Amino acid sequence: MSNHDWSFQTKLLHNESKVDRSTGSVSVPIHHSSTFHQFNIDEFGKYDYARSGNPTREALEQAIAELEGGSRGLAFSSGMAAISTAFLLLSQGDHVLVTEDVYGGTFRIITDVLTRFGIEHTFVDMTDLHQVASEIRPNTKVIYMETPSNPLLKVTDIQGIVNLAKANDCLTFLDNTFLTPELQRPLELGVDVVLHSATKFLAGHSDVLAGLAVVKDPELGDRLYKLQNAFGAVLGVQDAWLVLRGLKTLHVRLQQSQASALKIAEFLSEHPKVEEVYYPGLSFHPGHDTQRYQADGPGAVLSFKLADGDAVRTLVENVQLPVFAVSLGAVESILSYPAKMSHAAMPPAEREKRGISDGLLRLSVGLEKVEDLIKDFDAALEKVPAVKKSENVNV
Amino acid sequence: MSKRIETKLAQIGNRSEKVTGTVNPPVYFSTAYRHAGIGESTGFDYIRTGNPTRLLVEQAIADLEHGDRGFAFSSGMAAIQTIMALFQSGDELIVSSDLYGGTYRLFEREWRKYGLSFQYDDFTNPAETEKRINDKTKALFIETPTNPLMQEADIKELVAIAKKHEILVIVDNTFYTPVLQTPILDGADIVIHSATKYLGGHNDVLAGLVVTKGQELSEEFFQHQNAIGAVLSPFDSWLLMRGMKTLSLRMRQHQQNAGQVAQFLEEHPDVLDVLYPGKGGMLSFRLQDETWVNAFLKNLKTITFAESLGGIESFITYPATQTHMDIPEDIRIANGVCNRLLRFSVGVEHAEDIIEDLTQAFKAMKGAVTVEQS
Repeated sequence: MSNHDWSFQTKLLHNESKVDRSTGSVSVPIHHSSTFHQFNIDEFGKYDYARSGNPTREALEQAIAELEGGSRGLAFSSGMAAISTAFLLLSQGDHVLVTEDVYGGTFRIITDVLTRFGIEHTFVDMTDLHQVASEIRPNTKVIYMETPSNPLLKVTDIQGIVNLAKANDCLTFLDNTFLTPELQRPLELGVDVVLHSATKFLAGHSDVLAGLAVVKDPELGDRLYKLQNAFGAVLGVQDAWLVLRGLKTLHVRLQQSQASALKIAEFLSEHPKVEEVYYPGLSFHPGHDTQRYQADGPGAVLSFKLADGDAVRTLVENVQLPVFAVSLGAVESILSYPAKMSHAAMPPAEREKRGISDGLLRLSVGLEKVEDLIKDFDAALEKVPAVKKSENVNV
Repeated sequence: MSKRIETKLAQIGNRSEKVTGTVNPPVYFSTAYRHAGIGESTGFDYIRTGNPTRLLVEQAIADLEHGDRGFAFSSGMAAIQTIMALFQSGDELIVSSDLYGGTYRLFEREWRKYGLSFQYDDFTNPAETEKRINDKTKALFIETPTNPLMQEADIKELVAIAKKHEILVIVDNTFYTPVLQTPILDGADIVIHSATKYLGGHNDVLAGLVVTKGQELSEEFFQHQNAIGAVLSPFDSWLLMRGMKTLSLRMRQHQQNAGQVAQFLEEHPDVLDVLYPGKGGMLSFRLQDETWVNAFLKNLKTITFAESLGGIESFITYPATQTHMDIPEDIRIANGVCNRLLRFSVGVEHAEDIIEDLTQAFKAMKGAVTVEQS
């Protein structure tokens, strides 16, 4: 790792692999090679087989480790591959505590897959430290956080959870996809494993599927590396290169999208047809203060609630700028419908219980001119029927 | 140690890098290269001038063609355009009369404007060729075999004449590739490839290659490559290398299939004649009746009706409206590229499947014509 005392913005561009030693190349070369020649029979080189290690993938792994302030980064073929591999640190009989509005894909792996291997779980409101503490069992080995959570943007007190975990000798995992190390560095707050769907803001262009894991403790890093190599869900080299390319503009992209997200959140919160806006950048958001304390910004994702599924349909059919799609964290704004997209893997009853209603929409703000986005939403909301007075009581 | 061509091809780019031991060469997308200090270049400065990935394919083709230096371009035409920078106003080239339409267009529409002139020669009679040489003549530009009439020129005899008159011999080796023909060993100065064809071999990369013989010519040509800048991108360089690794296997299969298909066509009553030099994967043939052509092409099921050649898939091309559309009809027909002529790039499918497709298309084309006439 580099010892330079550079700011994050500079580190995005200047890392270990900024220059290729043999040619002086300033862009990391793509090593498609699946195998590596050994120059010395007595002492094998750093690379032997592409699953175990590849110079292009390693450039990305080193870059994310440095950006998150960790000792080791590991790249996977998707965010779910990173998360699934991290869960392989657990064994039969272990228990995990999971944030209740966890991403639907993570919900599926925990409930459908881990249970078959005898790994138990409990869903908790991670913003309620008392509830978390009361659910910890002797066999609890991991507390799994997403903050801000998806799609309700609930903010977890990271240090509070870390203290509880350390006192009970369990690991903490944190999905940092929404904020990225540009805005939040969980390892500095004591988290053990940071996970990313790098498909989102890190890569940022809706053109690559990738996952990353970062740890600070070298011993834990070795364990996770062995699982990466054994399980083999590694990131391909072209995709590793594309993520590296995306990282170079992470700062400018995320700052721009975040500034726009705040303006859109303010616009929506004043709009009569919007029942609720979920965005940690709004002063009345319950997690506002915690977010300000532990992160460098509220991010570029917000959710908002309309009256019902019909209102959602009208809005979606009338907005012109955002793409209506799954995923987030791209140059283009993406409007998602959690009930039918990110959380479709969750049974309706579980969904409703978590506040993911049929009227909820999630917006990942892109790089379009914010005035254009607001104008677009304003025009589309115009078409949404007015909410009946009785339902509009703000409680 | 001089290795056989199959070995050279399979090993392209291997052992090219000492740091990681990578067996498959990396793709360097970098446009710029850091210098350790003033005057301390790693050999790479700016991507147009040189790129580590492009260099590998350039070294490979130079080695395969037995030249001194190789050059990669963004297309075969870009390669030929850059070659033309070796000449100046007032110069004349003697070129194959049965020339690829794109090259003909470049010469006649572009270079004539700059005061270059072109004499067309079928290169079948070296004595006739020699008579054409005058004070202005600077090069022989030979396609062999020609496209689409598949006439072979005798490179050695033409080189002997050229040497006597101190003019360059440029050979387009796209159809045969160094697997079947190495013009530089016969004394040629420059070899050109549309690497899009057999060298790339998978119909997925557009590229041109040039090989030069002689240090002075190589250095001059490099200056033109860098100045004009029509270079091949790193990723396409990598794809081209990937294709070249199987060139000898593919060419062997192309040639075997072409031999069988040529024999089948020779014996077929609907075919007037077959033009196949007995080597390589390209042949041309004429149907007995011009009105059958469209129905024949429409009824092909395995073979693709498309422009281009040299890929693993069988392609049939109609030169009259495709490759040779830029050559005036009277000249085209006088050269033998008539409206009954079809060019066939025989792929690596099973030969019997190709022949079965031809058989059913021949049958169907006559049915279609009968219906249209009734």
